[in-house]
Amino acid sequence: MAEVTMPRLSDTMEEGTISSWLKQPGDSVSKGDVIAQIETDKATMDLTAFEAGTLQEILAPAGSTVPIGQPVARIGNGKAAPAAKPQEAPANPPGAEATQSVKPETPEAKANVGEAPEPTASPDQQPTLAAGTELDRGSATPRSATPRAEASRNATSRAEDVASREQAAGPSANGKTRASPMARHIAAEHGLDLAGIEGSGPQGRIIRADVEAALASGARPTDTEAPEPASEPVAAGEGDERVPLSQMRRTIARRMADSTRTVPHFFLTTTLDATPLVALRKQILDQTADSGAPRISVNDLIVKGVALAIRKAPDVNVSFAEDSLIRHKRVNIGIAVATDRGLIVPVVCDADTKSVGQISRETRDLAERASAGKLQPADYSGGTFTVSNLGMFGVEQFNAVINPPEAAILAVGAIRKEPVEWQGEIALRERLTLTLSVDHRALDGATGAKYLQALKSLLEQPMLLLV
Amino acid sequence: MALITYRRALHDTLAEEMRRDPSVVLMGEEIGKFEGSYKITEGLLKEFGPDRVMDTPIAEEGFVGAAIGAAMLGLRPVVEIMTVNFSLLALDQMINHAAKIHYMFGGQSKVPMVLRTPEGGGQQLAATHSQNFSSWYAYVPGLKVVAPATPADARGLLKSAIRDDDPVVFLENLALYNTRGEVSDITEDGSSNGRHGDERVIPIGTAAVMKEGHDLTLVAYSRMSVVALEVARRLEQDQGISCEVIDVRSLRPLDRPTLIESVKKTSRCVVVEEDWYSYGVGAELVATIQEGAFDYLDAPIKRVAQAEVPLPYAKVMEQAALPKAQNLVDAIKATLDASGYRARTVR
Repeated sequence: MAEVTMPRLSDTMEEGTISSWLKQPGDSVSKGDVIAQIETDKATMDLTAFEAGTLQEILAPAGSTVPIGQPVARIGNGKAAPAAKPQEAPANPPGAEATQSVKPETPEAKANVGEAPEPTASPDQQPTLAAGTELDRGSATPRSATPRAEASRNATSRAEDVASREQAAGPSANGKTRASPMARHIAAEHGLDLAGIEGSGPQGRIIRADVEAALASGARPTDTEAPEPASEPVAAGEGDERVPLSQMRRTIARRMADSTRTVPHFFLTTTLDATPLVALRKQILDQTADSGAPRISVNDLIVKGVALAIRKAPDVNVSFAEDSLIRHKRVNIGIAVATDRGLIVPVVCDADTKSVGQISRETRDLAERASAGKLQPADYSGGTFTVSNLGMFGVEQFNAVINPPEAAILAVGAIRKEPVEWQGEIALRERLTLTLSVDHRALDGATGAKYLQALKSLLEQPMLLLV
Repeated sequence: MALITYRRALHDTLAEEMRRDPSVVLMGEEIGKFEGSYKITEGLLKEFGPDRVMDTPIAEEGFVGAAIGAAMLGLRPVVEIMTVNFSLLALDQMINHAAKIHYMFGGQSKVPMVLRTPEGGGQQLAATHSQNFSSWYAYVPGLKVVAPATPADARGLLKSAIRDDDPVVFLENLALYNTRGEVSDITEDGSSNGRHGDERVIPIGTAAVMKEGHDLTLVAYSRMSVVALEVARRLEQDQGISCEVIDVRSLRPLDRPTLIESVKKTSRCVVVEEDWYSYGVGAELVATIQEGAFDYLDAPIKRVAQAEVPLPYAKVMEQAALPKAQNLVDAIKATLDASGYRARTVR
């Protein structure tokens, strides 16, 4: 019997949601068959079988979200009886298991909850203990007066006594981390790995105080967990619809919130004369119209310009790594793509060395696959600088949010005709406004300005993009 | 507003309900001429006469059955059983008849009766006269079960119980009869008796937050709620430990959301009851809380309960077997210690 576990499908993935099962229990499975589709924080991907056999049991039904490495199904030879139940919460301390090994049917608590009306205000009268009442008159009874051991143990939780006898072996005798549910809850909220935290509770149990101490001492959250809500939860009003966040939306929310929270942004805006750029594009289109070559877009030319400008002013091609700066050797340009599912940034690698035509083909392919939710992790990994273009919507200028760990992002506006001074006269020229957002931890204003200057110079003499 | 005993709260409320509604009648052993073994029905025979305050033979099954029949035909009998220990003789009537009739007759008949009876040990009444059977009655669908801890709740819940169309088991506690508490809708001279329209009727199925707190939730019912409140006050005053005290009040239906919300806030919980430890109401409370607030628990929920022995007659032994304030303090401290509280506290 082989277990199929949740695979790691992207760098930042910590968990995946089963979108659908393509095989059902009892179906035979060949090696390489796609048995399910998994929605990650970036895309919907196939889950393929690494073993042949019969799909014995689905452990994670469609719609459930499962951490990497946890079993989602079992593939067997078709003869074995289905295994008992999906794993319970992975963290039962061994003692708890010892005392709860026979798990009764869960009572349907909801039935009774339904009976109970909403609690009303508590009575404001408080009982008063009259002197000389019978209450608790034995509290002063010395313990030595206890008739026998059994009676003296009336007050404590015996289940725990039993548990503690049986679990003297230490914090993780069976390889599991011992942690309170509250501690797990907080750790999960902050994306902390409990493995790195020392427990101060009984038998080394990690308790809330330990997790809070770890957070206070600056333990770094792992990448994909949801951030703390920045504000009070929003109540949905009448007629409103509450839509649960997709993995992708969660990732966008977290990464953008992290970026604006931790990266000090500053913005540099410049407007350039795009008349030659527009003319060059027209010329290319005219001359390649019947050749089957890709229709070059203005954005393809800009991406090429952005990459070449990095060669001239490479200081913006860095990442801030707390105690150091990483200067990237390759020029990998991320291109922000809006899809129905949300924003994603596929990457054109080594754009400085690729022709405009190649950039155009790659960009088109990436955008199409992004819209279909079919990007592979490699498609959106390793970017060093991002271009975000809202020009096609007529936006003239905007400020983009940096996509960490990159240190800069270029916001490209719409090309529009404006009357400007041109060679001593007023003329209608094509104008393009670019805004560079810069991580001030990594770069200063002059560095960003030099880069913009280089870019402007290239785009105003666009033949340079082709040589 | 008056400071009155639990006993008087019951007495005055019975009298008021009988004046309000002529279908309310009392039945029980020695409740008329003798005015009740615990004097709850003092003066009521004189005021309402033998048709409405009926002394019964010492035959629990018989008179509980008679009350069920009377209730089916339109009266609202309030039966007193001298102690819960004697109610066992009428279990078949309560479980197989009172609790089932509305259901088995397809809703065509109802049983609007109240069975009042005190539980509890600590009076040196020995093993057969000192028991608690809260969980036995609370186990049965078709019954409603309340166990008020304070005079105000005894009054407010007795009104609800009498006016309810279902059979209600109203559990008192021998050790509570002499306790006093503020009751807002009774005046010192007893004159208003709720006739001014400001009466407080407490709905069955609601727990009470007796005291708010943030370090730990104490959950109790009946007499132990009063002990828990006292312990919580002392711990807050002496050691700055802030316990929230929840008086469950209504065992069936159980106000689960109030329990769960409190533990979500405090992350720690101790459940205390006077009943025996195993299979008791406390076990149900713990199960409810772990189910609803699992992700918020920072330590296992502890239970404080009676030693699992027939309650001894000898005073020293009887007191040793009953849960006491000190047991509660120990359980609270252990729970706090298990979840790192000590580290953040001055003492």
